[in-house]
Amino acid sequence: MVNSLLQLKQIHKVFNEGTADEKAALKNLNLHLAPGDFMTVIGSNGAGKSTLMNVISGKMIPDVGEVRIAESDVTFWKEHKRSELIGRVFQDPMAGTAPSMTIEENLAIAYTRTRRRGLKMGVAKNRRSFFQEKLEMLHLGLENRLQAKVGLLSGGERQALSLLMATFTEPKILLLDEHTAALDPSRAELITELTKTIVANFGLTTLMVTHNMQQALDLGNKLIMMDKGQIIMEATEEQKQGLTVTSLLEEFQRIRGEQLTNDQAILI
Amino acid sequence: MPIAIFNSIEAGAIYALMALGVYLSFRILDFPDLTVDGSFVTGAAVAAVLIVGGVNPFIATAAAMLSGFLAGCLTGLLHTKGKINPLLSGILMMIALYSINLRIMGKSNIPLLSEETMMTKLTSFWKSLGIDEFLESMMPGFIPKTWGIIVLMLLLAFLFKFLIDWFLKTDIGLAIRAAGDNETMIRSFSANTDLLKVLGLGLSNALVALSGGLIAQYNGFSDVGMGIGMIVIGLASVIIGEAVFGAKTIMRATLAIIGGAILYRIIVTLALRVEFLDTGDMKLITALIVIGALVIPKLIENQRERQRRKRRMAEVSRNMMEKSGEQLAAAKTDS
Repeated sequence: MVNSLLQLKQIHKVFNEGTADEKAALKNLNLHLAPGDFMTVIGSNGAGKSTLMNVISGKMIPDVGEVRIAESDVTFWKEHKRSELIGRVFQDPMAGTAPSMTIEENLAIAYTRTRRRGLKMGVAKNRRSFFQEKLEMLHLGLENRLQAKVGLLSGGERQALSLLMATFTEPKILLLDEHTAALDPSRAELITELTKTIVANFGLTTLMVTHNMQQALDLGNKLIMMDKGQIIMEATEEQKQGLTVTSLLEEFQRIRGEQLTNDQAILI
Repeated sequence: MPIAIFNSIEAGAIYALMALGVYLSFRILDFPDLTVDGSFVTGAAVAAVLIVGGVNPFIATAAAMLSGFLAGCLTGLLHTKGKINPLLSGILMMIALYSINLRIMGKSNIPLLSEETMMTKLTSFWKSLGIDEFLESMMPGFIPKTWGIIVLMLLLAFLFKFLIDWFLKTDIGLAIRAAGDNETMIRSFSANTDLLKVLGLGLSNALVALSGGLIAQYNGFSDVGMGIGMIVIGLASVIIGEAVFGAKTIMRATLAIIGGAILYRIIVTLALRVEFLDTGDMKLITALIVIGALVIPKLIENQRERQRRKRRMAEVSRNMMEKSGEQLAAAKTDS
């Protein structure tokens, strides 16, 4: 299919095969994102969301199936090679930045994601003003603290920086892995807003996993619900507009014929 | 006595190269690399064998550096491709290098005293400049053999310090630092962490082997046992340097490590002057120095924190007293 930035074809992934702990994390999963799509993924713990992310990012190789990004078959590409095409923000605000390095040094590393790293100065003058300009997008005043060590920033600031670092080089795919889950409500709100603006600004094709149903409804143009390694519901742009948290819960019950597990996180 | 201190600064400047190597692995890559004990001797062995074989001592020293680079890369490969724990990769390499070093040398000790080495060449070059005579006329009574080695070795240490400072700011240097700081992060920015670690360990051990090659020429022999405990000496230099001179930035830290390496030599020299101690106690002294450098700053920090709290407590209680006094006064005027 042409005009597809991310495509998963018949992905299977089993953990601990042949033991009592055998678990099919992904079962015949198919997924397709067109350029500019912003898809949110919801589902309870163990639904396979993280495995889905790991299969796309290259941290795991599927047992069966094919992963295509921007028309190339990347199924067997190493994680670091694949990340030339993928921007990632993790759940842990500490995971996306190097704490003992300065803000500008972190940005320089992000800047060279799509370039060959050689013996050029990481933070040259022209790059610095470029970084400043990008940092202004966050409205956190970080543009005046270029030489501050990232370890000194608060969790919210670090996550905002991670988001910027993952996006300003305009990756083909942006993966957001519950990136607001570890923040307090007001910080989470801030990061959600930033995500909206940044994704729109750069026109990024995005896949976002979240536990927060309201967030899944507020953001993006497509939504999928996962359970037991499968996509059990897929909402297109028009369908998504009519959805509410209650209707999502009802839908889950109708499809699965059971109450959604009393998982606090999923009801927020 | 002044001559003893002078000599420890000379040796300290050469050991500083080894300490800078240890800094790269231990601090930058966060990889406690025990290869050092072996690669230090590999450098010495390669330099000694080549010099005895008639090779230009400068080329022999460069070859020593290259041998260390290869040894470090092998440790890196054991860890990244063989998935062996960092400590164990280093230990395995260290033990393997012991035999390899013996093979390189062919015997356990190679004397270099009658050979043309980098030290003799540098000394005669320095003598031709005539600076020694000038300094002697300035400071009569204090006559070291030559000022050449101390000056040139310090220059060499600083040359490598500045090279490291510069390298760690380049794109690839930043990536190496990030690999030691947050591996998840740097991998998500398309960096091959395996390659970065192998490269980092290679560079680290290249410096260690360079130091080994120079020490062999400085002491006038290469010995298969000269690397025992080298990693602890390197760590001692790093830790003392950071504790005494600070390590806020990379530039500051590398400077601190040169200082630490020299300071370590001076401490050992002074310790050995104590009548009761002899050369066999060196390793024990080293261990005690490292323990001291690790524990004392913590104790000082705790002491400071306790005083700060006490001060704060006094301030708060004084404020409270004043407040209650004011309230009392206000209550009185009310009545």
